[in-house]
Amino acid sequence: MNTNHTGTINSIVEEFQADRSRLMDIALAVQHRFGHISRESAKAISVKLGIHPVEIEDMVSFYAFLDQEPRGRNRIRLSNTPISLMNGARDVARAFEDALDLKLGETSSDFEFTLEWTSDVGMADQEPAALINDMILTGLTPKDVPGIVAALRSLDDKNSLPPFPPKAAHAALMPKAIVHPSLIQAGPLLSGPLDPAAGIKAALSMMPEKVIEEVTASKLRGRGGAGFPTGMKWRLTRKSAGEEHYVLCNADEGEPGTFKDRMLLAEFPDLVFDGMTIAGYALGSKQGIIYLRGEYAYLWEPLQAALRTRRNQGLLGTHICGHPGFDFDIRIQLGAGAYICGEESALIESLEGKRGAPRDRPPFPTEHGYLQEPSAVDNVETYVCAARIMEKGAAWFAGYGTKQSAGTKLMCVSGDCARPGVYEVPFGITLNELLDMCGAPPDTAYVQMSGPSGQAVAPKDFGRRIAYEDLSTGGSTMIFGQQRDVLDVALQFANFFVDESCGWCTPCRVGTTLLKQGMEKIIHGRASLADVSATEALANTVARMSRCGLGQTAPNPILTTMRNFPEAYEARVVPESFSPLTALDDALREAIEVQGREPVEV
Amino acid sequence: MVTETFQFTIDGIEIDAIEGQSVIEACDAAGIYIPRLCHHPDLEPSGNCRVCTCKINGRNSAACVTPAAHGMSIENNTPQLNNDRRMIIEMLFVEGNHPCPYCVASGDCELQALGYRLGMVAPTQPYQWPGRKIDASHPDIYLDHDRCILCSRCIRASRMEDGKTVFGFEGRGIAMRLNVDADGRLGDTQMAAVDKAASVCPVACIVIKRDSYTIPNGSRRFDKALIGSDIEAKRGQRKS
Repeated sequence: MNTNHTGTINSIVEEFQADRSRLMDIALAVQHRFGHISRESAKAISVKLGIHPVEIEDMVSFYAFLDQEPRGRNRIRLSNTPISLMNGARDVARAFEDALDLKLGETSSDFEFTLEWTSDVGMADQEPAALINDMILTGLTPKDVPGIVAALRSLDDKNSLPPFPPKAAHAALMPKAIVHPSLIQAGPLLSGPLDPAAGIKAALSMMPEKVIEEVTASKLRGRGGAGFPTGMKWRLTRKSAGEEHYVLCNADEGEPGTFKDRMLLAEFPDLVFDGMTIAGYALGSKQGIIYLRGEYAYLWEPLQAALRTRRNQGLLGTHICGHPGFDFDIRIQLGAGAYICGEESALIESLEGKRGAPRDRPPFPTEHGYLQEPSAVDNVETYVCAARIMEKGAAWFAGYGTKQSAGTKLMCVSGDCARPGVYEVPFGITLNELLDMCGAPPDTAYVQMSGPSGQAVAPKDFGRRIAYEDLSTGGSTMIFGQQRDVLDVALQFANFFVDESCGWCTPCRVGTTLLKQGMEKIIHGRASLADVSATEALANTVARMSRCGLGQTAPNPILTTMRNFPEAYEARVVPESFSPLTALDDALREAIEVQGREPVEV
Repeated sequence: MVTETFQFTIDGIEIDAIEGQSVIEACDAAGIYIPRLCHHPDLEPSGNCRVCTCKINGRNSAACVTPAAHGMSIENNTPQLNNDRRMIIEMLFVEGNHPCPYCVASGDCELQALGYRLGMVAPTQPYQWPGRKIDASHPDIYLDHDRCILCSRCIRASRMEDGKTVFGFEGRGIAMRLNVDADGRLGDTQMAAVDKAASVCPVACIVIKRDSYTIPNGSRRFDKALIGSDIEAKRGQRKS
């Protein structure tokens, strides 16, 4: 290894104070400086941090957006979701394959291009989408592909890697590198005059304990989907002893079909920062961190600009809003492609520069969170709610929604409907009402509520209410028309969990793969009734025995479609009592072709 | 200092526990066996295998990482839990390559022993046949990755007991593997045969060379007694 390389790595590590907990930033910087993190790079980082290379490799090998082997200078990642596929992603992929003379998953021999699929990139309302050199491209058609490839060939100097985080000025030169506004229908939360800091000023007029009481009185519950009462979380965090308390914002919006947090960060960043600052005051915290999923790196530039403006306005930094002693600032931590990091304890591990494996609880983050200090991890939307609650009062907020689900919810609608996008609706409306709003066809076949980890809702249940006590949801609402194959979609979701299982625990690591294979056997028309029952039993075991929410919910696409669409399964079942995993003729096909003669029917 | 003693019930039996014990530690001390695989009494628990999952106050939790608490109500030896545990054992059998009849650890392997204890006949799930390489680069130890069940015992032992950090994980999901702290070869690490990490492997992934078959098949630990019977024996003694 040459000294130049080591010198560059040393200066990257020094940029982050040789702090082991900043390994994510260090790894991202090395990745985007050298194109990958080689064994030599891992060694150099480890020497400088005073840890073992195996610890660097443990972390680096975990994330989809960090590479240990060289890949193409231009990185084309196509969103692979049921929604992108129904909108023509396969045709776009084929066009890229043709234009680059590459197969998906391959890197060109000159290391100019890598073409691959990626999980949902948070653009379900504007699919097919792609992440190209970390810029977001939307609404792609095969016709766009030659222009995109030409732009990539001409855009920058072949001897340097594309900038990271991506620059808006760069994206302006790239066809289709535009994210359209997603908010279709604003409700009380997102309409009306938006006075930055109105919520902060209201909070600062009270004691911190009173702020928590107000949030508790509003009956606000976590908007990520789990619905934990926010006031209680804040109270528990505040009362936990620690050197420091942390306000963490979960912007790792990875649940396929969700894009409300991306919309909020793009269209209402000040409300998010207001909410975090209020939490900082309420918890006695000096530091807030937004964990921003790697797919949203294009928001880095505008968010940093918004933070700078707030510092200039005295809304961040010291003596915020002239309040003596209230010091608070916000830093953004980029992720690197791992769905599991949306789970709060995995998010914290990732923030500490480790693989995103969830922690066992207790202890909960409210006691021992980031750097073992008390931490409140809340969803982007939750902070926006908190900001508005302080501005307009708990009673105003609790006046919307149902008894157990106060306020409004941002629903992300995608799939077979006329107007996909974000709808702010009061809790308690029926799924039918939402389907009418977005122009879903009257014969909608089913709705995948809350993403793959949620449930497949059949038309007989469209009258159910969107609320924690009924159809609980983080917001993802994927609509499927009659022309879609429910089992095919369930298999795509099963594949998603295979890719995203962290691997820490056996039932999820192995079970997700076995479930995928079980579904394939069913879909290929090779499964007996006993096979379907075995897949169902396995799904229940994975749900009961897995360590965290990912594994516990990974079987949902299979279990809920079995429950709601048994006829789809029955239609594929073979009448035999035993059916082998592979058909003998298929297994022998190669040998048959070599021999040049077909087996004889006996 | 007087240690606070408290009680909880497991399968209807009330047992004593002391502050700081996990559920599995308290049950071990009381002579009640909870099946487990990644847990090792000398190491920090890590909750990888999930075999020790019990229904604790109505919720499934791993006994190795759950602190014992006064008044807990735990279900352990139930048909459903044992069924789910057997399913996990089956998953590990099909994930790697485990040829018991000619494996050096046969009769001394915790995975195999749990298969017997939990009534596994043959895996009902399809074998995955992963292609993994043997690392025989170390003069005294070889690594047979085919047998690795990713329990993390060696990782924990090397880091905490040996102070060496010879092992780590690599990759994620079904592609996750045991990695060593060198250019991929054990022989280039600081590993020594006397290390704790060399003696905690529950299967035959980490094997000491020239030490095999000193005890013949048929006379090994689990050839003679069911896994967990040593723990259960404590209860018999205490009751008498």
